[in-house]
Amino acid sequence: MIAPPKPDLVTVNIDGKDIAVPKGTNVIEAARHLGIEIPHYCYHPKLTVAGNCRMCLIEMGTPAMDPATKAPILDPATGKPKINWIPRPQIGCATNVSPGLHVKTDSPMARESREGVTEFLLINHPLDCPICDQAGECKLQEHSTAYGRGYSRFVEQKNVKPKRTQLGPRVTLDDERCILCTRCVRFSKEVAKDDVLGFVDRGSYSTLTCYPGRQLENNYSLNTVDICPVGALTSTDFRFKMRVWFLKQTPSIDPESSVGANTDVWSREGVIYRITPRQNDAVNDTWMADSGRALYKQVKADNRLLAPTLNGAATANEMALKAVANLFQAGSVAIVGSGRSSVEEQFLTRKLAAALQVSAHLVSRVGLGDRILVSADRNPNVRGALVTGLIAALPASQLTALAADVDAGRVKTVVSVGEDLTAAGLTAAQLAKISIVYLGTHKNATSAAAQVVIPTLTVFEKSGTFVNQQFRLQKFARAVPGPAGVNDDLITLAELVAAAGGGIISFELGALWTVIAAEVRPLATVTYANLPATGLLLDATPWAALPFCEGETLHFKPAATA
Amino acid sequence: MPAPQQRRLIFAHIDEPGYSNDLACYLRHGGYAVMKQAFARKPEELIDEVKKSGLRGRGGAGFPCGVKWTLVDRKSGKPIYLIVNADESEPGTFKDRCIIHQDPHQLIEGTMISCFANNVKQAYIYIRGEMPHGARILEKAIAEARAANLVGQNILGSNYSCEIYVHRGAGAYICGEETGLIESLEGKRAHPRIKPPYFPAVLGLYQCPTIVNNVETLCHVKHIADMGGEAYTKIGTPNNTGTRIFCVSGHVQRPGHYEFECGRITLGQLLNDVCGGPRPGRTFKAVIPGGSSAKIMRFGERYKGKRKVGAEMVDYDWGVEDVPMDFDSLGMIGTMGGSGGVIVMDDSVNMVEALANINAFYSHESCGQCTPCREGSLWMKKITTRMVHGDAREQDAALLKGVADQIPGRTICAFGEACSWPTQSFLAKFGDEFKNYHEMKKTAAPSAAPLI
Repeated sequence: MIAPPKPDLVTVNIDGKDIAVPKGTNVIEAARHLGIEIPHYCYHPKLTVAGNCRMCLIEMGTPAMDPATKAPILDPATGKPKINWIPRPQIGCATNVSPGLHVKTDSPMARESREGVTEFLLINHPLDCPICDQAGECKLQEHSTAYGRGYSRFVEQKNVKPKRTQLGPRVTLDDERCILCTRCVRFSKEVAKDDVLGFVDRGSYSTLTCYPGRQLENNYSLNTVDICPVGALTSTDFRFKMRVWFLKQTPSIDPESSVGANTDVWSREGVIYRITPRQNDAVNDTWMADSGRALYKQVKADNRLLAPTLNGAATANEMALKAVANLFQAGSVAIVGSGRSSVEEQFLTRKLAAALQVSAHLVSRVGLGDRILVSADRNPNVRGALVTGLIAALPASQLTALAADVDAGRVKTVVSVGEDLTAAGLTAAQLAKISIVYLGTHKNATSAAAQVVIPTLTVFEKSGTFVNQQFRLQKFARAVPGPAGVNDDLITLAELVAAAGGGIISFELGALWTVIAAEVRPLATVTYANLPATGLLLDATPWAALPFCEGETLHFKPAATA
Repeated sequence: MPAPQQRRLIFAHIDEPGYSNDLACYLRHGGYAVMKQAFARKPEELIDEVKKSGLRGRGGAGFPCGVKWTLVDRKSGKPIYLIVNADESEPGTFKDRCIIHQDPHQLIEGTMISCFANNVKQAYIYIRGEMPHGARILEKAIAEARAANLVGQNILGSNYSCEIYVHRGAGAYICGEETGLIESLEGKRAHPRIKPPYFPAVLGLYQCPTIVNNVETLCHVKHIADMGGEAYTKIGTPNNTGTRIFCVSGHVQRPGHYEFECGRITLGQLLNDVCGGPRPGRTFKAVIPGGSSAKIMRFGERYKGKRKVGAEMVDYDWGVEDVPMDFDSLGMIGTMGGSGGVIVMDDSVNMVEALANINAFYSHESCGQCTPCREGSLWMKKITTRMVHGDAREQDAALLKGVADQIPGRTICAFGEACSWPTQSFLAKFGDEFKNYHEMKKTAAPSAAPLI
C-alpha cells in the first residue's frame, strides 16, 4: 500500500496549548483535537461554511512581525513571540489555521459574544423544550445552559411564524424554533443536489420554506432533521413518539444497498423508534437515505413469521428440524443463499452446501443507484458471499439453472435462506414439484409454498457483519431482541449443518469467528470483537476483475472496466 | 468666519437651467473629452493618478479608492468586473440620485475611465429598486453612448471594448453592502458574504476579482483623470482631498445638497450660513453628520483632543459648530462623514421618538443572515416602539444600551455597526431623555404625526 502523503502541519496555540494540525483545518476543528469545544450552530464539518450564527466567536491573534526583517518580535518578559490580538472577536468556523495563530476560546470577549448571541437566539424562540422533540439533543438547549442568563430581558411580543408546516412527506417544520442557520438549505443544495429550501421575508421575520410548488421529498430529506441544531425540522415519523434520553443507541448498518451506510438504531424496551446515520467519513460521512430509516418498521410488521411451521401448521423447532433432516436424507437438495445474509450466515450457508456436497445459488438484486448513498446493488453483502466462498462468480437476478434442475427432476428439495423463489423466477408449478425449506423473516409466496418454515431475525435483532461495495467489513449489533421463540439465524443454520452431517459448529459469534478466520483466508486476522467501529478494508484484488453493478457513489468509484 | 464658496465639481451642472441629461447636452459641455484623452494613456498611469489623488470612497466608509484598485487580483487570469454601487439607501442621502437623474453621462464617463484603468470588460450599474426613473435614464444614456460608440465594442477606434449594464435591485438597503450587492447581482438573496475569504477584490462577482465603487466616487475619477492626481490633492485638505457633497435635511431653513471642498467648511458654517440656520424660534438640538447610521452629535457638547496638522500634533477644542466636515475630523470626534447625509434636528424633536424611527428602518432592512443584527435590530425597534406608544419603563435606557452593545463587531457585515451606532450614540448623548421618557410621556400631548 502507498502511504498517504504527510499533510503539511501547522502549529497553532489554542488556550495556551500548542497543537499541530493539517493546513486548511479551521479553528473549530483544531480546537476539537485538543478536546476544546467551540460552540457553534451553523458550522457543519461536511457542509460549506456559512458563518451566520456567530456563536463560534473567539479571540484571535497572530505573531507580531518586524516589518523590516520579517522576523517575529519576541516579548522581552517571556521570550515568547509577541502576539497582536485582533480587537474584535472572529468566527472560528471561517478562520483557517496559520502558523503561530493564537486563539482564546474562553476569554471574557469570547464569552460575552456567545452570551449575546445566545440571548438573541432565545428572544424569539418559543422556549417550548417540554414539548419539543429536539429536547435532550438540542444544541440551543445545551449552549443556553452554558451561556444563557437564566432569565429574559425581553418583554416584547415574540415573532409569530408557521408552527407545523409539512415541508415534505417526512419532514415537519416549526419555523418559530428555527435559528436560520441554513444547514438544511446547504445540505439540500450541496449533498442531496435538490435545492428546494430557502428563506422568504427578511430580518428576524425570515422564514424557512420550500420553493413554491416543490416539496422536500428527496430520499435524503431526513438528514436535514439530523443536522438541524434546534427543533425546527423534525421527523414526521418520530415526532412526539419518545423522548430521546430514554433511547438506547446501537451501532448498525443500513442493509438497503451495498453502500453499507453506518447507522445508529435508537430503541427502548425492545422497540425501535428511529434510525439515524452514524459518522463514518470513509463510507457515508454523516448522512443516510430516508429509505433506510424506515426499515425498522419491518420488525413489527403484520406479516412477520413468528413460529416454525410444518406443511402450514405451527410446530416446534425440533419437529421442523427433524423434517429438514429427513428431506436432507432423501438427497437432491439445492441451497439458495442470500446477499442479504451476514458474513457469518453466508459462511454457515457455505458449510451447509459443503455438507450436502452441492454449490449454493445466490440472487442478485439490482436497482438504480442514486450516486449518493444508495447503490445499484441492493444486496448489502454480495461481496461477503464472495469473500466467504459461498459463491465464486457474481449472481444473476433469476435462478434459471435451478429452475432447469427442478424441471429435470435433479432437485427435490430447496433450502432458501431468506430468498423469495417466486421473485427469483421459479414458477408456482416448479415450486409445487419440490419440497421447500424456507428460512425467513416475513411471509411471502415461498413461505406459503414451503414444507418447512423456520423464522429468522431481521438485521436489527441480530449481530453480524457485512462487506460493502468498498470491500469494507463492517459490523452491526443487535438493537432489540427478536420475537419470542425465534432462534438466531446462526443457531438455525448451525443446526441445519449438523442435520446435513456437517458436524457441530459454534453459533456464538466469537467462537464462530475463530472458525471463519481459520478457513477464510481474507478474514484470517479478523475477530468480531476487534473489528473497528468504522470497519476494516479487505484486500479486494482477487475479485477486482468482476463486473460489479455499482456506479459511482459517495466515497466510491467503481474500478474502470475495460 | 463666513462660509467658503461652494466648489461644484461633481454637481457643476446639477439644477442648472437648460442643462439636460441627454448626450448632446453633455457633449456640448465638453463631455467625454476626458475619456478620449484617458484612453490614449496607459491604464497604470490612470491608476497612479487616482492613487496620487488620495480619493476616498464616497459611499460611506471613506476607503481610499486607489488602494481598493491596487488590491484587485490581476494575476488570476479571470475577468475583472466593475460594479457601480448606485444602491443609495442611507437615510438622509440623496446625492447619487441627483447625478443619475441630471448628469448620467458624467457617471458613465467616470465609469468608462475606471474600467479602462483596471482593464475591465464588463461593468454593472446596480441601482436601487426604488429608483425606476433613474434606471430608465441610465438605460437611455447608455444606449445613447453606445450609439455614439462611447460604450461597447472598440470604443472610438481605441481597440478597447467595455459594456455597461444596468441592474435594478428589488428594494433592500443591504444591497448597498458590496458583497450583498454582488450576491444580489448574481441572482441570489442579498446575504453579505463572509470576509475572509470573499473579498470582492479577489473573489467577487461570479468568484472573479471585482471593484465596487460608489457613483460619486467614479464621477471624481473623471475629474482626477482630467486635472491629474496632483492637482486634485490641492482641492480639500490633506488626506481628505476633493470635494464633498452634503445632503442637508431636517430642521434648517434651506435644506438641500451642497458641494464644498472637503474639510474647508465647518458644520456650523454649513448649517447656519449655507442652510440658513434653524427655523424661526427654534434652536438646533442634534445633528447626524453622515447618514442615519453615523453617530449623533449633540449641540453644546465639546470635543477635545490632539490632531495632526502638517507634521505636528495640535490641541483642538471644538463645539459641534467648529468641526470641519471631512472624514478624519468627524472620525476623530467619534462619528463619521459617511455618505454625506446631514440630518438636523431642532428642539422640537424628542430623541426617543427619533430613534424609534431610525430603529424601525434598520430592523426592517436587516437581511436576517447573522444573529446579532437580525435579532438585535428588531429587539431595539420593539423597545423604542413600545416606549413611544406609552409603555416606557425607566430601565429601558439601560436595556437598549445592553442590546446595542451586543451587536457591533460581531456581525458578517457593517450593518451590525450601522444598526447599533444610532442607539448607542443616542443613549450616550441623550441618556437622560431616555431615562425620563416614561415620566415625560405621562404629561406630553399626543404627537401630531403618527409614530412608528
